[in-house]
Amino acid sequence: MAQRTLFDKVWSQHVVQNLAPNVDLLFIDRHLMHDLGGGDAIFQIRQRGLKVRQPGLTFATPDHVVETAPGRTGGMAPWANETLSLLRKQTLETGIRLFDVGQISQGIIHVIGPEQGISLPGTTIVCGDSHTCTHGAMGAIAFGIGATEVQHVLATQTLQQTKPKTMRVEFLGQPPPGINAKDMILTLIGLIGAAGGTGYAIEYCGKAIDTLDMEGRLTLCNLSIECGAKVGMIAPDQTTLNWLKDKPFAPKGDHWHAAALNWASLVSDVDAVFDKTVIIDCTTMSPQITWGTSPEHVISVAQNIPLLDEAHDLVQRQAWSDALHYMGLAPGQAIHGTPIQRVFIGSCTNSRLTDLQRAASVIQGRKVASHVKAWVVPGSMLVKQQAEAEGLDQIFKVAGFEWREPGCSLCVGANGELVNPGERCVSTSNRNFTGRQGPGARTHLASPEMAAAAALAGSIVDHRNF
Amino acid sequence: MKKFEVLTGVAAPFVHANVDTDRIIRIERCARVSRQDMGLWAFESERFEEDGSDKPEFILNHILFKQSSILVASENFGCGSSREMAVWAIAGMGIRCVIAPSFGEIFFGNCFQNGVLPIRLPHEKIAEIQNQLLIGSKENERSQVSIEVDLIHQHIKTPWNGSYPFEVDPLRRMSLLEGLDPIELTLKSLSLIENHELKSKIEKPWIWNLKC
Repeated sequence: MAQRTLFDKVWSQHVVQNLAPNVDLLFIDRHLMHDLGGGDAIFQIRQRGLKVRQPGLTFATPDHVVETAPGRTGGMAPWANETLSLLRKQTLETGIRLFDVGQISQGIIHVIGPEQGISLPGTTIVCGDSHTCTHGAMGAIAFGIGATEVQHVLATQTLQQTKPKTMRVEFLGQPPPGINAKDMILTLIGLIGAAGGTGYAIEYCGKAIDTLDMEGRLTLCNLSIECGAKVGMIAPDQTTLNWLKDKPFAPKGDHWHAAALNWASLVSDVDAVFDKTVIIDCTTMSPQITWGTSPEHVISVAQNIPLLDEAHDLVQRQAWSDALHYMGLAPGQAIHGTPIQRVFIGSCTNSRLTDLQRAASVIQGRKVASHVKAWVVPGSMLVKQQAEAEGLDQIFKVAGFEWREPGCSLCVGANGELVNPGERCVSTSNRNFTGRQGPGARTHLASPEMAAAAALAGSIVDHRNF
Repeated sequence: MKKFEVLTGVAAPFVHANVDTDRIIRIERCARVSRQDMGLWAFESERFEEDGSDKPEFILNHILFKQSSILVASENFGCGSSREMAVWAIAGMGIRCVIAPSFGEIFFGNCFQNGVLPIRLPHEKIAEIQNQLLIGSKENERSQVSIEVDLIHQHIKTPWNGSYPFEVDPLRRMSLLEGLDPIELTLKSLSLIENHELKSKIEKPWIWNLKC
């Protein structure tokens, strides 16, 4: 039998029907929904006289439009509460599980999927959100879909999908201390560009992946879409199993043993052929930070912003020029020392317990610079509870951070929480697009340690020397 | 869904790399603006002044490109967020076809769901068309430049005798030509879906046993 990749194995197990060369009708094992459009999608298919085919395989939580201020009960505005009401009504009437505001299971959909044991190795997982690639860290084929596809999944539990090509990204060696998954994936995006993974499903492998903890793997896979890849995945191993065992919805007893046996086969065969391979040396990596308005606009914190003459063509030159104008920065300028006004530690990229632990270790016993407004938004109620049990909330609060409730918050500003025009924010999120954190807001993406250090210094610094 | 066969329309060069869907439609519009009004808010931050008047430098505000139904865009158009409202927004502005070297993949799929045809052409062909559109508009300041996108024969024709063949997934092509509804199409395979579910329940019971 031909040697197959992890991706090929999981894909082929889900083919319901071949529709055309390279196009399959794919069965979907897990459908995750959120408040931005979730309720409406269910409403729309019901209007058409269709039923939710597998409500038991569908899970919903409010994360985009809920406010995250302490003591919140819903959204900040009437429209947000109407959106939440619609999601509640539609999930209740169709038998879809909803992890609602106030429940311990509520949180950012891409944090709670793995955390609840819903996102399992070898499954297909979709959600009407591009960062669904996060769940690929469990060894799943997980990808974001549009609103029409959400309706298609609700009504049929399948999707018509074109099979992507495969890319193997190998992280060689071990990163130096203080370098983490966020730096690894930002380095990749800087190398291959924001469209470098377009058309591919990526499998991440190598020594640095083998030794990476589960939450780091989730961070890494989360940014796959920022290099254009809808899917980014990691073969399940003992780290995956140890992390998953005993999670609320994870298989129990005999089912766990049967599942673990099945998951052991979910690796790329030794001679499996990938359409493309990228190899990255981790041993020389340094903390990464973005300077522009695309995640590919990224450098090491010690580097200078590129000169326009370094652009490879006129379109890129124009993009760099526009980005620097928006960001209020100049070509060739050092990024280190750039003053900032906001810090956001949160989002489906970096809001898990280990993220908060690492940020807290930088902050412990120190104070946020007086001109900086800094927020921590835990990824889920469970993360928040665990962090509070360890006293992390106190470390943040004593330093001058706001300790908030779980949601997407400043990553996307859908709930009305925004960075003001012209303000510069170091953010642990995933997108530095123009206006992403609010009209005129200037976003610098970095790791939790870098964000924590920036909050203390009041400017962009290397957390290792601060 | 709206059918797409042959489109003859004004084409606008949109020379920006990595145009993300946040830029096409802001998140606060996604939940609060109805689908039919989404076009009013497309590209709002670069299209309108603060007082709501048109920004003259935005290309789709230019007299020659205001009526555009075709965008000739740059690399990675529609990257980022999966929001389908980005397609509703450009469709609401009258855009029925986007031609680019590459697209954000989710946006690319969303286009087909809404009767908008996304076409990938090599980088140098795109640059050629963009340049011709810019030159054509300068030379002929009073008339718009129309091009023809023929999905039946899979080629693009331009007034300067350019002809550009393009590839499109056969299934998606058929869906656009016939205006088919994907859910209806899939429900014809219902028995295959049921078979898959039965098999999955036996082989992978842990997928189905979701007791907490």
